[in-house]
Amino acid sequence: MTDNPRFANRSELLGILLLAVLLVVVLPLGLDVFRLNLVAKYLTYAFVALGLVICWGYGGILSLGQGVFFGLGGYCMAMFLKLEASSPENTKIQSTPGIPDFMDWNQITQLPLFWQPFHSLTFTVAAVILVPAFFAFIIGAAMFKRRVGGTYFAIITQAVAAILTILIVGQQGYTGGINGMTDLRTLKGWDIRPDHAKIVLYFFEVACLFGCIFIAQSIRHSKLGRILVAMREKEDRVRFSGYSVANFKIFAFCIAAIFSAIGGAMFALNVGFMSPSFVGIVPSIEMVIYTAVGGRLSILGAIYGTLLVNFAKTSLSESFPELWLFGLGGLFIAVVLAFPNGLAGIWGDYIQPQLNRLIPSRKSASGAAAGWNGNSVADGAPAE
Amino acid sequence: MFGDYSIGDLGSIFVMQGFAGLILFSVYVLMALGLAIIFGQMGVINMAHGEFMILGAYVTWLTSSAFQHYLPSLFSGYFFIAMALAFVASGSLGMLVEWALIRHLYKRPLDTLLATWGLSLMLQQAYRSIFGAREVGVELPQWMLGSLRVTESIEVPINGIFVMCLTVLITVCVAWIMYKSRWGRQVRAVVQNRVMAGAVGINTEKVDRYTFALGCGIAGVAGSAFTMIGSTGPTSGQLYIVDTFLVVVFGGAASLLGTIASAFSISQTQSTLEFFMSGSMAKVLTLLAVVGILMLRPQGLFALKVRK
Repeated sequence: MTDNPRFANRSELLGILLLAVLLVVVLPLGLDVFRLNLVAKYLTYAFVALGLVICWGYGGILSLGQGVFFGLGGYCMAMFLKLEASSPENTKIQSTPGIPDFMDWNQITQLPLFWQPFHSLTFTVAAVILVPAFFAFIIGAAMFKRRVGGTYFAIITQAVAAILTILIVGQQGYTGGINGMTDLRTLKGWDIRPDHAKIVLYFFEVACLFGCIFIAQSIRHSKLGRILVAMREKEDRVRFSGYSVANFKIFAFCIAAIFSAIGGAMFALNVGFMSPSFVGIVPSIEMVIYTAVGGRLSILGAIYGTLLVNFAKTSLSESFPELWLFGLGGLFIAVVLAFPNGLAGIWGDYIQPQLNRLIPSRKSASGAAAGWNGNSVADGAPAE
Repeated sequence: MFGDYSIGDLGSIFVMQGFAGLILFSVYVLMALGLAIIFGQMGVINMAHGEFMILGAYVTWLTSSAFQHYLPSLFSGYFFIAMALAFVASGSLGMLVEWALIRHLYKRPLDTLLATWGLSLMLQQAYRSIFGAREVGVELPQWMLGSLRVTESIEVPINGIFVMCLTVLITVCVAWIMYKSRWGRQVRAVVQNRVMAGAVGINTEKVDRYTFALGCGIAGVAGSAFTMIGSTGPTSGQLYIVDTFLVVVFGGAASLLGTIASAFSISQTQSTLEFFMSGSMAKVLTLLAVVGILMLRPQGLFALKVRK
């Protein structure tokens, strides 16, 4: 990489433009509202995948607990929506009107203290960003300052995911337990359930996604992004050059957590409920799968990976539920063994060079960039 | 909290909970032994460990059904044959997996996690297709039923005692293999310095394959022992995998003694807390304590000093 543009080079811009056309024009025109809402659901995971590209692909930190942050963001948003859906008029039949229905079922008669601030939308939006960032900071600081990384970090984040799930399921009265928070209705008085609302929310989500892509691209092309890659390749050399490795890792982990949390909040808005089944170990690992299939080094690849795996999951598991798990497991083994850089790696390593050979005139223009997905040879495969 | 119980009651509670904790301890040790070999010694993150266990459990179930049908007179002893079969089945599958999958990934430990997760999904589906989605339970022979009455208020189940004895036996065997036998010395040499071990004539590929197979085989035996105290379903393995990894990491990977000590402390904390609060809160507190201690002491309780 001889050039270092601030946001994206030409071929990357083309890739982002293609994604924009796909998400803003092709899918909304080609799909009915039900399918479009499914795409919106898949895209919430794309936020997580995007964060994983930053922290796993570039920073070399594999987190198996991204579901925790997805859940924190999602629950913050769901608490706000639930409070709005539990106005005294809506809940008159309860023994204590004005509190969420699951609290009433669990004999809790007063709104708990930590629920109170979620009456305010401003607070909720701030909490969606800050609560996960705070947790990520604590976990990251405790681990990276003591130079714990790699497999140990992965296992501990997994344990955190287990803890949060057990806690949510166990504290039924405060969290809705295993059923989660259902029956979310309005956002500031605006009904989120009818079709036109779903379409508006979809476009809002796509806008947020492109905002996150912009941030991720800026990080990637900044000096910070280069330090992250350097750290992944030879951590000690970066440390001996005088950089604080721990702080950079904490930063990458926090960014990934915030992206996941935004995805979670979008999930609560678009899908209309939030439950612990999106928090635990299995969903967390599935999110890593999306990133790996798309390409852990490619920002756009991770988004395509998320969409493709989820489409495959929905269509296959509807018709062949047995085949699906075999397919997913096999796909995963194949990706790890044969294509460590995922779909984006296939494109960058095999298809792109072929294209360049077929069109010799473009060779000089895109040769330096080596792929719209940014998976240049210079990035290389991660050491682990 | 303690007000409602007399001193004698409290004593019985602690003994009973302590004994429940001991059974949990045996379970943890059995599961963690195989993983301590695979993860601690080899550095491979085997997310399919639970599924190897379940394979052992299904083999045991098949054996017990076969004995019931064809050799009812020998039914009381079926378990020992089942255990050997479970070891062979899981060990062979482990050898196959090492050959097909793991050996390509020794330089990329985090990728072993992803690949074995894929493997565990496929195995789960395979169990569901072959044995059905419902949980299966093994019928225990007569001598294993019932419980021993120690005092007026304390009684302990016989199958629990049996599982505990089994755990001790297997642990001693593993310790002997790893620390006394020639082959165990080779394994530890490969772990500490692969290149040097290869240079002095150890066939490191073969050692890797048999080490992985041994770890999986022990998982199979653990699954076999599990049928004594619970039922088995296609996804049961998933329930234990995080706990097992925490036990191994908490004890300090590569340390057998550490694994046992951490299994003991985690299981005793869990079962004692369980009496005073809901099971889920006890679990949360235990896990939080483990994670907290790991943050203070990342290498675990017993760290092996290796020059890197």
